[in-house]
Amino acid sequence: MKILVCISSVPDTTSKINFTADKSAFDKTGIQWVINPWDEFALTKAIKLQESQGATVTVINVGDATTEPVIRKSLAIGANDAIRVNVEPKDSFSVAKEIANVAQNGSYDLILCGRESIDYNGGAVPGMVAQLLNQPFVNACVGLDVNGAEATAIREIEGGKETISVKLPAVIAGQKGMVDEKDLIIPNMRGIMSARSKPLVVVEPASSEVKVEGVSYDSVPQRAAVKMVSADNLDELVRLLHEEAKVI
Amino acid sequence: MAIFVYAENINGIYKKAAFEAVSYAKAIADQAGETVTAITVNPTDSSDLLYKYGATNVINIKDEGLKNFSAKSYAKAVNEVVSGNKIVFPHTTDASSIAPMLAIMNGFSLITNVIEVPESLSPFQVKRRAFSGKGFMHAKADAEGVIVTVSQNAYGVKENATSGSEEVKELSVTNEDTKVISHEQSSGKLDLKEAEIVVSAGRGMKGPENWGMIEDLANLLGAATACSKPVSDIGWRPHSEHVGQTGKAISPNLYVAVGISGAIQHLAGVNSSKTIVVINSDPEAPFFKSADYGVVGDAFQIIPALTEKIRALKG
Ligand SMILES: Cc1cc2nc3c(=O)[nH]c(=O)nc-3n(C[C@H](O)[C@H](O)[C@H](O)COP(=O)(O)OP(=O)(O)OC[C@H]3O[C@@H](n4cnc5c(N)ncnc54)[C@H](O)[C@@H]3O)c2cc1C
Ligand SMILES: Nc1ncnc2c1ncn2[C@@H]1O[C@H](COP(=O)(O)O)[C@@H](O)[C@H]1O
Repeated sequence: MKILVCISSVPDTTSKINFTADKSAFDKTGIQWVINPWDEFALTKAIKLQESQGATVTVINVGDATTEPVIRKSLAIGANDAIRVNVEPKDSFSVAKEIANVAQNGSYDLILCGRESIDYNGGAVPGMVAQLLNQPFVNACVGLDVNGAEATAIREIEGGKETISVKLPAVIAGQKGMVDEKDLIIPNMRGIMSARSKPLVVVEPASSEVKVEGVSYDSVPQRAAVKMVSADNLDELVRLLHEEAKVI
Repeated sequence: MAIFVYAENINGIYKKAAFEAVSYAKAIADQAGETVTAITVNPTDSSDLLYKYGATNVINIKDEGLKNFSAKSYAKAVNEVVSGNKIVFPHTTDASSIAPMLAIMNGFSLITNVIEVPESLSPFQVKRRAFSGKGFMHAKADAEGVIVTVSQNAYGVKENATSGSEEVKELSVTNEDTKVISHEQSSGKLDLKEAEIVVSAGRGMKGPENWGMIEDLANLLGAATACSKPVSDIGWRPHSEHVGQTGKAISPNLYVAVGISGAIQHLAGVNSSKTIVVINSDPEAPFFKSADYGVVGDAFQIIPALTEKIRALKG
């Protein structure tokens, strides 16, 4: 079995997000980059399948050379090899096009993604890849098993869960629950050392078509100063919520 | 050309998110001097509910093959009946799985998580959420056609009653790729992303056995319950309740945070709530800086007392 895991390199969750003075772009100064948290669940699931079923795991990232630390980390976690498509991502469509292009030549049984990247929050790449490859697509996956040419996936639905079987090849977008939080793999020294010599192939982009442009960006407005209410005066809190905020 | 909108229903019943999407489509239609056509799959609810928010035409897809959800077959079905070049979806799990596939089928631009009506129609430009609650992006569509997904509880529902007509389309999309094995869905429970009030609690609650008071307050307010990440990681509460940067992003009218410190990752998922109340025993808890109203004190005393006072208010 061959698994392709799509990894996006995103600002660490503790990052403050700032924009350039003219508001035309995200200001990357001082940002620490990490594997998109949801992709980490997908990658860990892939490594579990590597251990239990002898799958080979390839990670792919569409990004310029600055994403290589994150790719190396994925290799240290246990991926067999990596592909980087050498272009700074412009929108979900262009990223999906590149991933689909690589996938077309690789005959993967399973393409695993995260549900959404925490930077631009598109939630779009996985479904686009599936459609470009004409494969089935399961979103918001919180549990996955592979049995031969079929996978059993649990997907989160509003107010519950649904277990489905899906024919492979397929594209699956995962999130927390796909593996347990405690099972996320922290690379050890051996992993880090071996990651240095694992293959990381750089390929040039096949297309440059873009469908959406970020024209400008705004920060989140500051809230007005908090009104503190004494614990002995909850009547006042109820009054404020009822009369001032009008929310109860 | 009509503005199309996908009106999602669950087991035939329209979701609030569907009404929000129809309301949003109506706003675009008004800007463009157009009408709204809603598309829905196997509904049991009446189309009157969609006319109420401004749809004048409802395409009711009837297809046994679509009894169970599959992103691919739903995308195919919607694609068969859609003919416009502006399509609105709610940003729910299912709808936001269909939208990217449909965008590819038609070569359209896809802009997800939009929160306001478009700033311009040609070129199509709109404000959307980005950076997991830490920023906003003004996105411009480069393609002729555009699909948007509307963030829940952002634009809201706006009544705009018209009269409309319904058209039934019998389709037979086959789904050979996916098969449902089991389906568990609690119908009575309020959907966290749709809820107008959310009562949320963190590690300050000390253990799962203490959630009764959180649920009592939530029930009284007609609220959904949520929790911080560590609480769901330890298994005190289900993962589906985890809010924050790596959980659900929500924007209720009222968010009550009990025993939650207010880490940046937590704030990212909740800071677009209209009003935030923080109850925490530590006056230095960072969450107070991002709150509208704060109470310093022991949740175990405050929550039951607050519940009684609200009960009295509600009579
Ligand atoms: C990659 C990554 C992603 C993350 N994503 C998320 C996310 O999406 N969502 C999220 O929530 N967190 C997330 N976190 C975790 C986050 O950093 C915090 O650790 C977490 O939010 C803290 O949860 P908490 O406030 O419940 O617990 P704590 O930080 O332990 O705070 C408990 C609070 O309860 C108060 N308290 C104690 N007793 C009482 C009492 N009797 N009455 C009232 N108050 C009391 C304390 O003063 C304290 O402020 C993430 C972390 C990482 C590394
Ligand atoms: N630049 C990228 N390179 C590789 N995979 C990506 C990239 N961007 C997004 N993805 C994948 O697509 C998922 C959803 O991303 P998005 O549609 O951008 O929210 C991510 O969790 C990744 O698995």
